[in-house]
Amino acid sequence: MKRLLQILALLILLSTAGTWLVTGANRGWTKTSIPVKTLDAVTGIEGISYQPKFLPGVDFLGAGVLGALLLGGASLFFRTKTTTPQTITKTATP
Amino acid sequence: MNKIKTTTLLTTLLAGIAWGVQAAPETFDFKDPKGVNNAVFKLDAPLESVNGSASGISGTVLFDPENPASLSGKIIVASESLTVPNPMQKEHLHSATWLDVATYPQITFESKTFANVKTADNVTTGDLTGTFTLKGVSKEITTPVKLTYLKDKLSARVPNLKGDLLVIRANFTINRGDFNIQRGQYEDKVSPTIDLSLSIAGASPKP
Repeated sequence: MKRLLQILALLILLSTAGTWLVTGANRGWTKTSIPVKTLDAVTGIEGISYQPKFLPGVDFLGAGVLGALLLGGASLFFRTKTTTPQTITKTATP
Repeated sequence: MNKIKTTTLLTTLLAGIAWGVQAAPETFDFKDPKGVNNAVFKLDAPLESVNGSASGISGTVLFDPENPASLSGKIIVASESLTVPNPMQKEHLHSATWLDVATYPQITFESKTFANVKTADNVTTGDLTGTFTLKGVSKEITTPVKLTYLKDKLSARVPNLKGDLLVIRANFTINRGDFNIQRGQYEDKVSPTIDLSLSIAGASPKP
């Protein structure tokens, strides 16, 4: 159990940090849409439309790190399984 | 002799009517079929400024290219159309504690006076004073505006429609506390001032 929690914590940490880095290491808040500007040639006005796109921010990264820390911390409450050598005691028969 | 007098009178009358028609201000409708019209807002914040826009713009403006100072009209922004890229921020923005879009569905600006008017070619600049209403609170504000009159350009934008276009650009800053938007609250997290930028085009179709 201890090992499982530690592996899970590492996986969460790596996947969160990896996703955050790959998507551009956005140092702002997480966004689920991004503004796209289009220029109207006649009026010269820059129109703004929003396209759905997941852009993880520092809150996403923070949640991932916190989750990993909690799992890692929880793993400390489990004891490591130790195999103790069995001793054979011989009893003398009267 | 009488015939000549009548003809002269009729000609003068028709010319007068024609001049009157020409001098009348045009009515520009700001409900944009192309959805380009927008109002951008910005609030500074420590981590990242809150940038968003509103697209639900409507209203009418009366503009006379021969007399730009007579400008008048009302621009309406649908509160529900205010958008920011972060869903939680958008939820907060629309909520009762911030803009309360359910109770106050419109943000409006109604002009009163247009001063310091200067025109060069098709561009007019000046200081527009009017009543700005946000979250049910109305305040008089004055903002510099730039108007661009695009004669006969409507067909270039909307095929099969002849007419003129009027582009209005304005930038101004308001204090959110003045409009009962979290007055004195969260000023360390979100700036007490809101920067607004309006870029809109209105159409005046002609038969």
